[in-house]
This record gives sequence, structure tokens and C-alpha cells, in this order.
Amino acid sequence: MFAAASLAVLVVMALALVRAIKGPTVYDRILSVNSFGTLTVVLIAVLGFLTERPEFLDIALVYALINFIGTIAVTKYVEFAHLGAPVDPGDWEDV
Amino acid sequence: MMALLVDVISWACIVVGAVFAVIGAVGILRLPDVFSRMHGAGIIDTLGAGLILVGLMFQAGFSLITVKLILIVVFVLYTSPTTTHALARAALNGGVNPLIERKEAGGDEPSEA
Amino acid sequence: MVHAISLAGVLCVLWLLLSGHFHEPLLLGPGVASVAAVVFIARRMDVVDREGHPIHLTWRALPYWPWLLWEIVKANIDVARVLVRRRMPTDISVINVKATQKSDVGQVVYANSITLTPGTVTIALDDNILTIHALTTSAAEGLNTGEMDRRVTAVEGSS
Repeated sequence: MFAAASLAVLVVMALALVRAIKGPTVYDRILSVNSFGTLTVVLIAVLGFLTERPEFLDIALVYALINFIGTIAVTKYVEFAHLGAPVDPGDWEDV
Repeated sequence: MMALLVDVISWACIVVGAVFAVIGAVGILRLPDVFSRMHGAGIIDTLGAGLILVGLMFQAGFSLITVKLILIVVFVLYTSPTTTHALARAALNGGVNPLIERKEAGGDEPSEA
Repeated sequence: MVHAISLAGVLCVLWLLLSGHFHEPLLLGPGVASVAAVVFIARRMDVVDREGHPIHLTWRALPYWPWLLWEIVKANIDVARVLVRRRMPTDISVINVKATQKSDVGQVVYANSITLTPGTVTIALDDNILTIHALTTSAAEGLNTGEMDRRVTAVEGSS
């Protein structure tokens, strides 16, 4: 049954990946890659139960945090074309 | 008997969560513009991932594994709206406007959108 | 200072729950050291204050979370029903909603609660006016009743 669950998650990941490949704007791609990351977290957790190795949950936990930080970083990079360092000194408005 | 009941609840949660995740992914595929696609991603982040992880919690029983699963759910629920909001702001700043097919007459429609 | 102590407590509980080592001094020592290091860095970064670690919201937030979860479930079912229809929704709308919360934390809680319920996404927040993208008119109407706004204001309280 865990195999069926992970298969379902893989199908959803494939659907999200289709939008990431097609997605007309860069924001569509970021959005679906973010969903892909959330599904990866779920997949790692399910795989941990499938292989009866609960240590996988620690990896899933870390992946959830890295997914968040990664998406924010890419979003900020796309928005400002840099990672938020002030362009002229004293201008911290867009950080 | 009790174990069977817990098993049934657990698998019901996982199946319903998987169905919601598929619906969310279909929404990401079918909806017309980036802002409406965020609703599909929202379904995946809340009930899709959430219900599958709750189903796994029932499988794990009362242990530290359950605590870790709860933490994962809490992190996903906290980070998902933040990411969505950052993405929406970036898209607005990047010049993508929400697609509104039917204009409301009057009301509180913002003029610049 | 109160916030730093509370942050240290939360981190200790988190460390114990994630590691599962409850009585091994050899491992508990580095655990305490890492908690102390994180609290020190957070204080140096100046993020341990009412905004970064809002402990004054904790007790009033407890009844809010179950209500929010139930709202999320209801909204999920609504949006899922819309998505599986053959026709795509044609009543997408962008509305402005006023947030009655006074502090920034309260407004962020409100905006994030709106985003977390599928069908409504906060796309901008400027001076307590929230711009919301709603997938269906029923989702937009649900926001206009102001139920969630009232509850978040109650969580924020008069502090």
C-alpha cells in the first residue's frame, strides 16, 4: 500500500513537472517547482515508511526547510536580479 | 480490531490526500494564469500533503516519528503561504497582471489590477 | 529577555524531540551548547523580540488554529469541486479587503490565513489594505463577511 501511495505522489509530481516545463512565465515554473518540492517531502516520508527506515523523516524535515529557503531565494533573485544586497549603500528597502 | 480500524482510517486519509493532490496538480495544469494556479498549489500544500502525512501518523502510532510528522506538517503549513505571497509579489512587480475575465460592475474592484 | 528564554525553551524541546536522546550526558552537552549558540546568534541578529517570537499570541491563538484548519478543509473541498468541472471558472475576481488588526504581526497572520485557505490568495498588503485574488465569487463573499478578520483581531487582542 505504501508503494501505491508513493506511486500516486510520483504521478502528481509528474503533473507538476509538466507545468514547470510548459509554464509560459518564469513564475509558473517557480510555483510548480515549489509544489514539486513539497511533494518530494511527502515522497521521502512515504519512502521512509515503505522501506521501514524512519530516519528518512529527518531528511524530509530538512528538505521542507531547504525547499522554502530555495524558493524564496529564487523568487527574490527573479524579482530583483540579485539576492537582496543593496544596490546603493543605505538603501535596504528591497531587502 | 482496533489495529484494523486505525489501518482503515490511515489508508482513507492517504487515499483522500492523494486524490486532493492529483486535483491540485490538475488545477496547476488547467488554470489560466499564474495567480489562479496558486490556488491549485495551495490545495497540494494544505490538504494534499497534509492528509497523506496525517495518514502516515496513524501508521506510526504514538512515538517520536509522529512528532516529526507533525513538525513537517507545521513547517509546510507555515512556509506555504509565505512562499505564495513572495511569488505573487514578484509576479506583480514583474508585470504579470491577474486575468479577470468578468468585470464586476462597481464594487470594490481595485483600479490598477 | 523573556523572549530569549522562551526561544531557548522551544529550541531545547525541539532538540530533544528530534534527537530522542533523553538521558545521555555526552550528547545532551552539545545539544545545550547548540541551543545557546542559536539563541546568541538570534539575539545578535536582533530578531528575538515581540515580532520575531510572538509569545503574547500563544494562548489566544490556540482556539484559532482548529477553526482555521476546519476553514481550510471546507475551502479545499469547494476549490476541488470547481477544479474537476469541465468548464474552468470564469468568475475570478480581485478584491480589496481592509484588515482591522493594529500590529504588523496581526496583519501578517491575517494575510497568511487568507493565503492558506485555497481559493483566496493575498497578492499585496499595503497599509492594512489587502489585495486578494479569489478563484470563485463564493470564496470572495466568504471573505467579505469578515469572520476571519474578526477572529484574527481577537487573537491579536488589545496588547
